[in-house]
Amino acid sequence: MNDNGRLERQERIRNFSIIAHIDHGKSTLADRILEKTNALTAREMKSQLLDSMDLERERGITIKLNAVELTYTAKDGIEYIFHLIDTPGHVDFTYEVSRSLAACEGAILVVDAAQGIEAQTLANVYLALDNNLEIMTVINKIDLPAAEPERVRQEVEDVIGLDASDAVLASAKAGIGIEEILEQVVEKVPAPTGDPRAPLTALIFDSLYDPYRGVIAYIRVVNGTIKVGDKIKMMATGKEFDVTEIGVFTPKTTPRDELTVGDVGYLAAAIKNVGDTQVGDTITSAKNGATEALAGYRKLNPMVYCGLYPIDASKYNDLRDALEKLELNDSALQYEPETSQALGFGFRCGFLGLLHMEIIQERIEREFKIDLITTAPSVIYQVTMTDGEELRIDNPSDMPDPQKIAHVEEPYVKSSIIVPNDFVGTVMELAQGKRGIFIDMQYLDTNRVSVVYEMPLSEIVYDFFDQLKSGTKGYASFDYELIGYKESKLVKMDILLNTETVDALSFIVHRDFAYERGKIIVEKLKELIPRQQFEVPIQAAIGNKIVARSTIKAMRKNVLAKCYGGDISRKRKLLEKQKEGKKRMKQVGSVEVPQEAFMAVLKMDDQSK
Amino acid sequence: MINAAYIHIPFCHHICHYCDFNKVFMKNQPVEKYLQNLDKEMSMGENKSGYKSIFVGGGTPTSLDETQLQYFVESIAQQLPLASGGEYTFEANPGDLTPAKMSILKMGGVNRLSIGVQSFNDAHLKRIGRTHTKKDVLQTVRNAEKAGFDNLSIDLIYGLPEQTVEDAIDTTRQALALGLPHYSAYSLIIEPKTVFYNLMSKGNLPLPKEEAEADMYEAVMQLMSASGLHQYEISNFARPGFESIHNLTYWNNEEYYGFGAGAHGYVKGVRYANYGPLKKYIEPLERGELPRMSSQQTTKREQMEEEMFLGLRKLAGVSIAAFQRKYNQNPLSLFKGAISNMTERNLLEVTDESIRLTHAGKFLGNEVFQSFLIEQEM
Repeated sequence: MNDNGRLERQERIRNFSIIAHIDHGKSTLADRILEKTNALTAREMKSQLLDSMDLERERGITIKLNAVELTYTAKDGIEYIFHLIDTPGHVDFTYEVSRSLAACEGAILVVDAAQGIEAQTLANVYLALDNNLEIMTVINKIDLPAAEPERVRQEVEDVIGLDASDAVLASAKAGIGIEEILEQVVEKVPAPTGDPRAPLTALIFDSLYDPYRGVIAYIRVVNGTIKVGDKIKMMATGKEFDVTEIGVFTPKTTPRDELTVGDVGYLAAAIKNVGDTQVGDTITSAKNGATEALAGYRKLNPMVYCGLYPIDASKYNDLRDALEKLELNDSALQYEPETSQALGFGFRCGFLGLLHMEIIQERIEREFKIDLITTAPSVIYQVTMTDGEELRIDNPSDMPDPQKIAHVEEPYVKSSIIVPNDFVGTVMELAQGKRGIFIDMQYLDTNRVSVVYEMPLSEIVYDFFDQLKSGTKGYASFDYELIGYKESKLVKMDILLNTETVDALSFIVHRDFAYERGKIIVEKLKELIPRQQFEVPIQAAIGNKIVARSTIKAMRKNVLAKCYGGDISRKRKLLEKQKEGKKRMKQVGSVEVPQEAFMAVLKMDDQSK
Repeated sequence: MINAAYIHIPFCHHICHYCDFNKVFMKNQPVEKYLQNLDKEMSMGENKSGYKSIFVGGGTPTSLDETQLQYFVESIAQQLPLASGGEYTFEANPGDLTPAKMSILKMGGVNRLSIGVQSFNDAHLKRIGRTHTKKDVLQTVRNAEKAGFDNLSIDLIYGLPEQTVEDAIDTTRQALALGLPHYSAYSLIIEPKTVFYNLMSKGNLPLPKEEAEADMYEAVMQLMSASGLHQYEISNFARPGFESIHNLTYWNNEEYYGFGAGAHGYVKGVRYANYGPLKKYIEPLERGELPRMSSQQTTKREQMEEEMFLGLRKLAGVSIAAFQRKYNQNPLSLFKGAISNMTERNLLEVTDESIRLTHAGKFLGNEVFQSFLIEQEM
C-alpha cells in the first residue's frame, strides 16, 4: 500500500470503546455490533464473544482487554474500518480502562434505561472525557417494562453534563437501534490524526504472553507504518527486536503485512521477557525512529496485599512459576517471596483490589492446579517508630511492638455510592460502622441519591462491598479512589491456636473495635476449624493480653459403624472424600486448619448481625 | 472358589426413616417374577460344592408370604449348596416372623437369624419408622428358640434422635438379658434420600451430640464385655465360636457373590453392583444375561488398601504374615508412614503378628482407615 492509500484508509478508520456498568448490556451490545458487521459466521457466533476467559464468562465480567477490527458499510456507501476496544467494568480494573481509552477517539456510553447512571459508569465517563474522547450515549434496554428513557436522558445531561438530545434508544438484546449506533460511530467519532510518513510511534496498551510466539504486544499505531521484518525499538528500555508477525483480531487472530496510522492490533517479535514490552511504552523504528515517546500511563500501584501459600509445600516452585506466568499477562500483579512460621514458604502479593485478588487466586487453583491458602487481605500501613524511623507494613504480622510505635497511618479512600432513596439510611449506617466520615449527599433525581464518605481502605477491603450489596438489595453502585493516609489508633490482633501464635492469622484492627472483633473471630474460627484428636484452645491477643478465647472440642467419634451390605466401593469413596478434605487443610503446628479459616477475619461481620 | 453369597430381597411393608438400601413397598410388586429371576441369577454362581456362608438380607426378607418364602428357600437350597458347618442367615423383622414362616426357614436349612431390633424403647422405634414393639421382639425371640434356632443375633442402632446415653444403656441391657450369642450395635448414619436426611437438612432432627454418641459406644462395649461377649469387629460382639462368618468375609477382604436387585459382589477381583430397580434387574436375566449395573476390576494397590481398611475393623487386626503371603509385600514397610503416624497418635498398635486398632482407634477408625489409602503418585 502506498502513502496515498494509507491516508485514504485512515479517513475510514473509527476507533472506539464501550463504557457501561456491569449488567447494563455492554457485552450484548458488543455481540450485536460484531453480528451487524459480519465479523462472524453464525456458527462462530457464541454468546458474548469478547469475554474470552472462562472466568470472565462465568462471572459475567471483563478482565482482559480485547480489540477487534470490523468493517461496516455505512448508509453513505463507504466501507469503514472499526476498531472496537473492550473495557473492563469493575472498579478494580479502572487502570485497564484508562489504557484502552487511550487507544480510542470515541466511546459509546451505555446506560440502562431503567437503572440510570451508576457510580462506576460515572468514573469511566470522566476518564474518557479526560482522554478527549467523543462520547455517544446509548440508552439500552428500552424494551424493559421498567424503562424510563426520558428520565435517564435527563440524568445523563444533569449528572454528567453531556448533550444527550441525540442519544440512541436501543435494546441490544432485541437488536433495536444497533444500526443507528453504528451510523453515529461513523459520524461522530473522528478519524485518527497522524502521519503515515512520519517516524513510527505505536502505543503498547496491553501485552500477553504466548508460549510459542513470546510476548504479544497489543498496539495502537499513532504515526508511521510497521511491517513484518522491521527492526523496532522500545523507547523505555532501548531494546531492539525484529518484527516476526503483525495483525489484527477479527476477532480471530488475522496476520497482516502492515499496520498503519489508526490501526489497533498485535505485534510479535520473539520477545522473551515481558519486562521488555511495558504497557504504556512507545514502539518506534530502530533506525530514524521518533525522538519523543507518546504520553504513557501512570503505573498503578497495588492497594491490597495478601499472602499466597501452597497447601502442599512441595508446590512452592510451581506457585512461583504460576505467578510469573500470570504476571506476564497482568502487569498490575506484584509478588515477592515471604515466609510464614505457620504456613512456610509463599509469596506476598499485591493486587488492585479484592476482585483482582480473587481472580488471581482462582486462576492459580484452576489453571495451575495448585491448592492455595490465602491470608486475609491487608492494606499498606505507614508506621512511624518512636525513634523516627518510618516503615511500610503490608503484612499484619510484621507490625512492630506497640511500645516502639509513635503512630500508625492507614490509607483512606473517597467512596461514592449511588443508591435509591429508600436505602440511604442503610448505606449511612453501614458507612459509619466502617469508620466512614460523611462528606456529601446529593439528590440525582427524585429517587436516586449520591452519597460520599471518606473511609479507611481496610474497611472496604474487608467486606464492605458485599454488605453494601446485600443491604441495598443490589441497588447500590459503588466506586472509590485513594485520597491519602490518615493517622488511626490501630493495634495488631494475634491469634493463638493451641497456645501458639499463628502469624498468618494476625490482623490489624482499630482499638475501639478490638475486643468485639476478637470475640467474633475466635467464635468464627471455632466454627471453621474441624475437631482435632485433642482439644484446641483459640485465643485472640493484643500484645501479651488475651482479649477473647474459645475452645474447639476434641474429636470423639469418627468411625463408620454401619453395615453397608457388602458395598465396599462406597466405603472407599467415603474414606477418600474424608482424606481429600484433609488435603485441603494446612498443618499449623499440631492443628489442621482449613483454607477458609485464614479468611475468617473477612467474615466477621456476618456474625455480628 | 467363592465361599460366600449375599442375597437381596428388596421388598418392605414399611420403610424405615434411616434406610437407604435398595427397597420398594411390596404392594403390587412382581414378587414371584423377581424370585424366579433371582433363581436364574443364583444358578449362574460357580460354587457347586458348598458355600461357607449364605446371607439373606434386604429390604425385608421376612415380608415374603409363606408361599413365596417356601419357593425362595427351595430355590436357594437348589442353587446354593451349603457346606457342612456353613452359616445360613436370614434377616428377620420382629413383627413378620410368624411360627409358620419360622418353620419354613428352619426346614429350608436356615441356621441363623439376624433380627432387626434396633431399640427396646417403643417411642424410639416409632420415631425411626419401625412398626414393631418391644413385645414383638420378645415374642419373636421366644418363637425362634422354640423353633430350634440356637444361633440368633440382634441388630441395635444407637445415636437415635433424642436418645440419651441412659437410653442406649437400657436398650443394650435388655438385649443382653436375652442371652443371645451374637449382637451387632451400629451407630445411626444419616444417608441421603432418607426421611431422616430430609428432616436433618431442615434442622428438624435432634441427634445426640458427638460426645454423647461416643459415650454410648463406650457403654455398649463395656456392657457387652461384662456379659462375656467379645468384640470381634467395630460393631460386632459374639460369644466365642459365634462370630458371623458372613461379616468376616467382608472384613477379611474375601470374595462373595451378591445376588438380587441392588446387590454388591466381589468376584475374581471385580467389584460389581447389580441394577437396583426391579425392571432393570429382571430384563437382562430374562435374556440370560447378568444384571450388572457396574463392574470395576480392583488393582493390586486397591486390594492392599482394602485389606487394611477392612481388616483393621476386626479387633484382631490384620495379620502381617497373611498380608505378606497374599500380596508378597510387607505391610509394615508398604504403609510405613501411615503406621508411624497412627501409632504416634495412639490409634494403632503393631504386635509381633498383627497391626490393629487401639481402644482409642475404635472411636476414630476413619482417621486410621483413610491413612491407609495410598497417594495416587505412588
